[in-house]
Amino acid sequence: MSSDASGPSEGTKRELTFEDVLRWQAMSRIVERSMVDQGVEDVTRCPLGDAVVPPDPPRGPGEPDVVPAEGPGSQLLAKPMGRRHALSTLFGTLLAGTQAAAACTDVVPADGTRRERLLLEFQEVLKGNFRVMSDDEKRETIQRLERLSELSRGVHVDLSGEDAQQGVLFGYAFNVSKCKGYRECVAGCVRENNQDRASGIQYIRIFEMEGGEVDFEEATAEFQHEVPREDHFYLGTQCFQCANPPCVDVCPVAATWQEPDGIVVIDYDWCIGCRYCIAACPYWARRFNWAEPAVPDDDVNPNQHYLGNRLRRKGCVEKCTFCIQRTRKGRMPACAEACPTGARIFGNLLDPDSEIRWVLENKSVFRLKEDLGTEPRFWYFMD
Amino acid sequence: MKHVRAFLLSALDAATSGGRLYHVWMGCLSAVMVFGGYAYFIQLRDGLQVTGMTDHVSWGLYISNFTFLVGMAAAAVMLVLPAYVLHDVDFSKAVLIGEGLAVAALTMCLGFVVVDLGSPMRSWHLTPGIGFLNFPRSLLAWDVLVLNGYLALNLGIPLYILFTHYMGRKPNPRRYVPFVYLSVFWAVSIHMVTAFLLAGLPARPFWNSSLLGPRFLASAFAAGPCFIILMLIVVRSKTPYHVEDAAISKLAMIATVAAQVNLVMIGSEIFKEFYFPTHHSLSAQYLFFGLHGHDALVGWIRISIGLNILATGVLMIHPLRKDTRWLTAACLVMFVAIWMDKGMGLVIPGFVPSPLGEIVEYRPTWVEFAVTAGIWAFGLFVFTVLVRVALPIELGESRSPYLERRPGADRSTAAIGV
Repeated sequence: MSSDASGPSEGTKRELTFEDVLRWQAMSRIVERSMVDQGVEDVTRCPLGDAVVPPDPPRGPGEPDVVPAEGPGSQLLAKPMGRRHALSTLFGTLLAGTQAAAACTDVVPADGTRRERLLLEFQEVLKGNFRVMSDDEKRETIQRLERLSELSRGVHVDLSGEDAQQGVLFGYAFNVSKCKGYRECVAGCVRENNQDRASGIQYIRIFEMEGGEVDFEEATAEFQHEVPREDHFYLGTQCFQCANPPCVDVCPVAATWQEPDGIVVIDYDWCIGCRYCIAACPYWARRFNWAEPAVPDDDVNPNQHYLGNRLRRKGCVEKCTFCIQRTRKGRMPACAEACPTGARIFGNLLDPDSEIRWVLENKSVFRLKEDLGTEPRFWYFMD
Repeated sequence: MKHVRAFLLSALDAATSGGRLYHVWMGCLSAVMVFGGYAYFIQLRDGLQVTGMTDHVSWGLYISNFTFLVGMAAAAVMLVLPAYVLHDVDFSKAVLIGEGLAVAALTMCLGFVVVDLGSPMRSWHLTPGIGFLNFPRSLLAWDVLVLNGYLALNLGIPLYILFTHYMGRKPNPRRYVPFVYLSVFWAVSIHMVTAFLLAGLPARPFWNSSLLGPRFLASAFAAGPCFIILMLIVVRSKTPYHVEDAAISKLAMIATVAAQVNLVMIGSEIFKEFYFPTHHSLSAQYLFFGLHGHDALVGWIRISIGLNILATGVLMIHPLRKDTRWLTAACLVMFVAIWMDKGMGLVIPGFVPSPLGEIVEYRPTWVEFAVTAGIWAFGLFVFTVLVRVALPIELGESRSPYLERRPGADRSTAAIGV
């Protein structure tokens, strides 16, 4: 549906000709037909709110939570309507009306893609906090975001809103004697979590420390030399998913919270960007998008979670989520997978047979800043 | 209803008419506001990357000004308390200036919070009902509530008094004195809540001190009355509005005592940080002496403390405090000293070094300076308009044209010419 790709405004400027108008008309018909093919009601016949919401894109078999959408009309009538939803529906109606008018006059190019994108973006602005969304609302926003990714950058993403599994509480252990400072974990994390390549946001910091003291004041995370360095050891930090997280309490809009599996998450779209949580974190784990984040289309990791690695926007806070998009599907976090030395142990604290439990029961472990009472779920140990 | 219309019209008239100096002043403020607006447009378009803030120093000039101005707003209570509650006649004329200051300072506070947001378009998320206000867990939610409540109080009380005066009546104490009492407590609370916002963070030992709240109050009650004294001196010399010497000298006394208390608290903090320095003292070390060669704020805080001691010294000497020129100079110096101390000198060191010991320094960019100047100009604009509207009514020059003609109301109808 790249109808605007061959528009006359591209490249050289020239006068509009009769041929141009004819080409637009033909193009607009193709667009309309393709929308009908995809199951979208003809906008000229049904210019009502949800009509322009696209149908489900094909999904993997591993996600049974997504129920096929009902017909737009019935959805509109049956659903109890919140103020916000009413507003977005109203706007949708107006927008669809203009679209219908445009289609009828047939003079303006039926730039359906742009209109659809505008409508979806508007509905996105008016949505609520993911934490209190109904299952329907969650499904709708996920569909919108998937569609928007296709429309805006032509990248098909598989966005999940998967809940925490029962009987799972994630924990992490870091073997200080094994880490050699290669920072493969950092690279793996950046790729997996679609972090802004322009500003170089990194969740993980590996500190190079001189033997004899665990002192962050004397350590550096900015080392640029061959590792491992003699008489030094390496200690990595990231979000510790504290059991008592100071960052969660301070958020004025409750855009960040702790999930039942212990992961502290952020609803990027609910965050207003006040950065109070950044000030509140004693481990400097949170990052802010000071500019519009840039990830090349080819490098986008399409396997995403709403509360995890989906693409962020400028002006919101983000952080490590123990790779929620992987770990809720039973996989290892990217940092643990990338580590060439086996320094990173991740697992379910409630599973007595897990490796993390073995470490906690058989090794002497410590955590950072225990005196603050934050109870990190991230332990350090030595061989 | 016609009275309300006439009131608004005469207010508009008062705000838009004035001498040449008045128009030049308002024109300059407008120009600064437009420039600030342009800078904010750039910030909206490109994101907060155009500021000097980073993940390490995640609050900067905006929040620095915010914390200072909350104190200015709270200082209005220093006038309200004696004027309304203790019926101290000296203050009754100064009180409107004080409340005007509170309103102007609060609009600036809200302005600084909004420009600091990464996603200002989403600030409706704070509205209870359609959004979600994380109350009572988040101190920022408390701050949103107390600041807006205080703004409503400080708009409502003077508006009621001015309007009844405009109607040629005496305000009914039963209708407004309860709100006056409320605003007195409220004033203390806005500043305490703002202090708790910072003091409640164990991640930042520099702020995590029980002295922060009291120190906020002491410094506010020094800087606020100083600013009001300056304004009263201007009003007294430029308008026929008479303010007694006693009001100014009592305000100067309040500022002096508060400044002394503030200095004692600064001394107490310096002792605690430097008698046996721990890792928790690193921010103070950075602020006063520099850390590992990073010393961007050392000169700043030393000048601030020097000016503070100087101004307090002048205020403590009775003959100097009673001399208008010395008093003006001392008030100006005190105001600047506390702005430096409680703004950048308080907020920035909280972030240096980071909780993981990394040192990244902060330097505001031109965008931040321009936006900050724009908000200050906006605040001064609001303050000027409020004073401009209030004075003719208080002087009896401006009265509702629909009143029955009474001896006292004669010149009023002629004067406003609605």
